[in-house]
Amino acid sequence: MTLAQIVKILDGDFLSSRDHRQKQVHTGCGCDLMSDVLAFIKPNALLLTGLTNAQVIRTAEMADVKAICFVRGKKPGGEVIALADEKDIALLATSLPLFEACGRLYREGLAGCSEYEG
Amino acid sequence: MTDTKEVTRVQELIYEMKVGQVMAKDVIAVSVDSRMSDLRNLLRDERISGVPVVDGNQLVGLISIEDFIKYLADVNPDCPVAERMSRDVKTLYDTDPLIHAVEEFERYDYGRFPVLDRQTGELVGIITKGDIVRGLLNKMEIDYHERETHRRHTNHTFEEIIADKAIFIFQYDIIGSDFDRAGETSSKLKRALGRLGIPPDILRRVAIAAYEAEMNVVIFTDGGKLTTHVTSKEITVELRDSGPGIEDIEKAMQPGFSTAPDWVRELGFGAGMGLCNIKRCADNMYLESTLSVGTNLKFTVNLQ
Repeated sequence: MTLAQIVKILDGDFLSSRDHRQKQVHTGCGCDLMSDVLAFIKPNALLLTGLTNAQVIRTAEMADVKAICFVRGKKPGGEVIALADEKDIALLATSLPLFEACGRLYREGLAGCSEYEG
Repeated sequence: MTDTKEVTRVQELIYEMKVGQVMAKDVIAVSVDSRMSDLRNLLRDERISGVPVVDGNQLVGLISIEDFIKYLADVNPDCPVAERMSRDVKTLYDTDPLIHAVEEFERYDYGRFPVLDRQTGELVGIITKGDIVRGLLNKMEIDYHERETHRRHTNHTFEEIIADKAIFIFQYDIIGSDFDRAGETSSKLKRALGRLGIPPDILRRVAIAAYEAEMNVVIFTDGGKLTTHVTSKEITVELRDSGPGIEDIEKAMQPGFSTAPDWVRELGFGAGMGLCNIKRCADNMYLESTLSVGTNLKFTVNLQ
């Protein structure tokens, strides 16, 4: 699924200054606990989270997460966005709550991390 | 690399890749109001056997060399292409998976399909069987090169050094209690190991384990040192701090056991999963701690 499709499904926006619309993700993971993200997320996944601090970007960097979507209308500060740009991690935002954002993507066919073999 | 493996890769790619990735993007098209006499020059000069007909950016038909021969045989006077083109054109979308294109080529006996943008319906490319084969071959070559570069790079780094045993050592200082900068050390380490040509899956395991370990040092101590040894066989990461120490290592290793303060939990850490994560990522892990003296955590990830 491309990030452009994901933004459309979530009625969301891109926060990154780079163009990430054609980037593809194969799985999604919705989580506010970074240790769980580190333990379970697959490489090249989309992380949906309500946390907006720099550690979310660091977590994504270490675990090769391709894109992060902030839920429930939360947006990180400029420094956090700059860090994500530097690490080439795409940032998205949606006003949907975590459960609904995950639900919509799952319904549209984005696989969960436990389902994807790749 | 065996034949069967490559066949599976092609099968995978045919589902993964999209029409838009392999199609020709600089489409030669004719405007709906151009004439058959213009078309003759175009077919001859460009050596193509069929041309989409457009009205602005919208596809309205397709005119092939067969249409053109029929027109010549009928000895008709010059006329707009619109009069001789086929209007019922089978098209593909740029976001269609390649497998769909392959099926369409099988179903219809056409040499090419115009490709439309799924959102706007505008003509954005054209695809032939040749484009599909080329696209697949290119992608496989890129995959192969990436794998080879990684393999060669790691081997080279060590081969270029003449020694009975070569060891790279990287050392970093971790600043304690500075949550905003936490993770910088692991980030630097990941980049440094990447330069050495460590394969991505191993790099990821080392980075995750190092990051969890670094978070522990940042959360619980005034700082410490991270030292990494890399040989051709393994990567060893060692973190030493002079913090308060761990009271009960066995308890600390239990999933979910945590002594982290609330402010750490609010930041998405401190759920008692750190040490478990490190153990899961590493091939070996060693933890030693003395109360009010400090903690020494060491883990190894095998390269072979």
